[in-house]
Amino acid sequence: MAENVYDAIVVGSGISGGWAAKELTEKGLKTLMLERGRNIEHVKDYVNATKAPWEFEHRGGRTQEMIENYPVLKRDYVLNERNLDYWVNEKESPYVEVKRFDWYRGYHVGGRSLTWGRQSYRLSDLDFEANAKDGIAVDWPIRYADLAPWYSHAERFAGISGSKENIPHLPDGEFLPPMDMNCVEKDVAARIKAHYNNNRHMIIGRVANLTQAHSNRTNCQYRNHCWLGCPFGAYFSTQSATLPAAMATGNLTLRPFSIVTRVLYDKDTKKARGVEVLDAETNQTYEYLAKVVFLNASALNSTWVLMNSATDVWPEGLGSSSGELGHNLMDHHFRTGANGTVEGYEDKYYYGRRPNGIYIPRYRNIGDDKRDYIRGFGYQGSAGREGWSREIAEMNVGGEFKDALTEPGQWTMGINGFGETLPYHENKISLDQNVKDKWGLPVLAIDAEIKENERKMRKDMSADAAEMLEMAGIKNVQTYDAGYGLGQGIHEMGTARMGRDPKTSVLNGNNQVWDALNVYVTDGACMTSAGNQNPSLTYMALTARAVDHAVNELKRQNI
Amino acid sequence: MNRREAISAVAWLMGGTLISADLLVSCTSRKLEVGDLFQQEQVALLNEVGDTILPATSTPGAKAANVGEFMAVMVRDCYAPEDQQIFVEGITKLNEASDNEFGKNFMELNPQQRTTLVRALDAEQQEQMRTKEEGAPNHYFRMIKELTLLGFFSSEVGATQALRFEAVPGRYDGCMPYKKGDRAWAVS
Repeated sequence: MAENVYDAIVVGSGISGGWAAKELTEKGLKTLMLERGRNIEHVKDYVNATKAPWEFEHRGGRTQEMIENYPVLKRDYVLNERNLDYWVNEKESPYVEVKRFDWYRGYHVGGRSLTWGRQSYRLSDLDFEANAKDGIAVDWPIRYADLAPWYSHAERFAGISGSKENIPHLPDGEFLPPMDMNCVEKDVAARIKAHYNNNRHMIIGRVANLTQAHSNRTNCQYRNHCWLGCPFGAYFSTQSATLPAAMATGNLTLRPFSIVTRVLYDKDTKKARGVEVLDAETNQTYEYLAKVVFLNASALNSTWVLMNSATDVWPEGLGSSSGELGHNLMDHHFRTGANGTVEGYEDKYYYGRRPNGIYIPRYRNIGDDKRDYIRGFGYQGSAGREGWSREIAEMNVGGEFKDALTEPGQWTMGINGFGETLPYHENKISLDQNVKDKWGLPVLAIDAEIKENERKMRKDMSADAAEMLEMAGIKNVQTYDAGYGLGQGIHEMGTARMGRDPKTSVLNGNNQVWDALNVYVTDGACMTSAGNQNPSLTYMALTARAVDHAVNELKRQNI
Repeated sequence: MNRREAISAVAWLMGGTLISADLLVSCTSRKLEVGDLFQQEQVALLNEVGDTILPATSTPGAKAANVGEFMAVMVRDCYAPEDQQIFVEGITKLNEASDNEFGKNFMELNPQQRTTLVRALDAEQQEQMRTKEEGAPNHYFRMIKELTLLGFFSSEVGATQALRFEAVPGRYDGCMPYKKGDRAWAVS
């Protein structure tokens, strides 16, 4: 085999890229995984993972220099001293905000699998049928039954802890034992269940943290430092899980510092020959060839690659014949909900830092419930005792004040809604040829916003949160809306949607680009609608399913 | 909802371990040395003010955690220039307040006088926080107090002696008994 020829190429090494590499290599394909950023080696390169708080000069905070260098990241908690190295250098890789869009990127091996929130939920037919029933956008080309076995496959390998709940629209999965709720959460959950006649549920979060040893990985140590990289391999990441599995096959080659600039499209065969790579360190250009190409560069960057590909045939890029490439950008909107204080439980506390909270699955617009908006939202939250940053009345300074702060304060509880955003054709990304990144490549211009449906939903997200907490006995309940910028959910979805018709979708039901069937896109770009559940588990399942399809098609010589 | 509440609301998502927003102060440019902003005497003064806010009790106080140095680093690196100015001028104001009340500098006060002065300054900052417009700068003493709390409770001394620190808990128990006097877990 020539040096630059492989059976398969995977573009990107995050959650979905790692899965593509694992599945392809385990099925025997010699696979090249291309990552635009540097390598981060499991454990060895988690340089801050075991530091104590006092070992950080600014105790984890943000300096003025960081604020200046990260004009986007600074908009939220993500800009911090502890894991700054896991976020993209914004000066090297700018983008254009036609309207505000918060794009929090991780350009390194593992991508955002190192920093993700790890909440893992299945979609259901409530989600897959939603566009068809509502008559918006296009219908998903798949249903839950198509994906269910692949969800199981993904969960069994990734290790998702959670409880079986028999909630039809939040299907149970192959779970490791659930984490515990704390005493306040347990009581609130029981009151919600009783009050809403089992139509609303508060469950422990389903999370990609191991509650028992799993394969070669150690169980969660309850440090709650996941986003620094886990030295125990206790949460799912490319480094902890899919990369070692792929490496173990002997079939994987990982090439960091490899910016894929385009898919090499062959007009005669109507297929991809491979990809063009710009070496990020040397600026040399290389061609790598393969029978099948998986784009897993993260939603917007997979579409960027498509937009730069086959432009001699389609000026707007590979997949643009539908008129939908770059359109229908989605996220989950959040940062609105309620919180309050809890009376009693002074004799209760907890041990360990649980890297997880509670989850209230969607209940709006289900069954007979009809709102003045479509779709719905879920909540994440937790209860806990206040720490030293609380105010203590009448004790402003001095020894008594200090000693009081060394004890835990009262219990508080808060919940925060995560709502579905609709796929609007006009919410779009495009190439801006006038703005170039460090490597002289055109950058994305992002032009998207939330609309009336999301704004109406947000009112319910805060009002319902207050109602539920008050009903459950929480005191001093206050609603909040901390404001939301599209993208802030770090759940970019759409821009190369799946569908049933090449005229209205970029990908078919197997995640193949209609216009080049040996090119698969299985990251967030493929999403036809957003659901309200955290999406990564769905990308894992879709990727495994697509690889299975690709390998079968290769055997049949169909691609 | 103010910014603090907004961020603590978001902190729920992260497992509730974020420090409060007011403490996530945006810290100036690296080019400045601590010495450019603060004299060693001022760092010593900040340690004494910090130690008046959080004195040694059955556990060490803020000076033992060198919160003066911590404040200087945070103001140098994390404060916007306008906040740096308020903080630096605040040190002068604090001594002026001391001079007005007791006829001498803060460093020359006895512990009781220090406490009296610091209480008065805290009342002053609390009043200002109640009445100031959203986005208006904080009172210098608020800055000192916040940095003292953050610096102390996240220091090795504060986290392991005043609070309880577990680097690797190893398990989670959502419902363990608590009796008055038991220390809170340090934020890690």
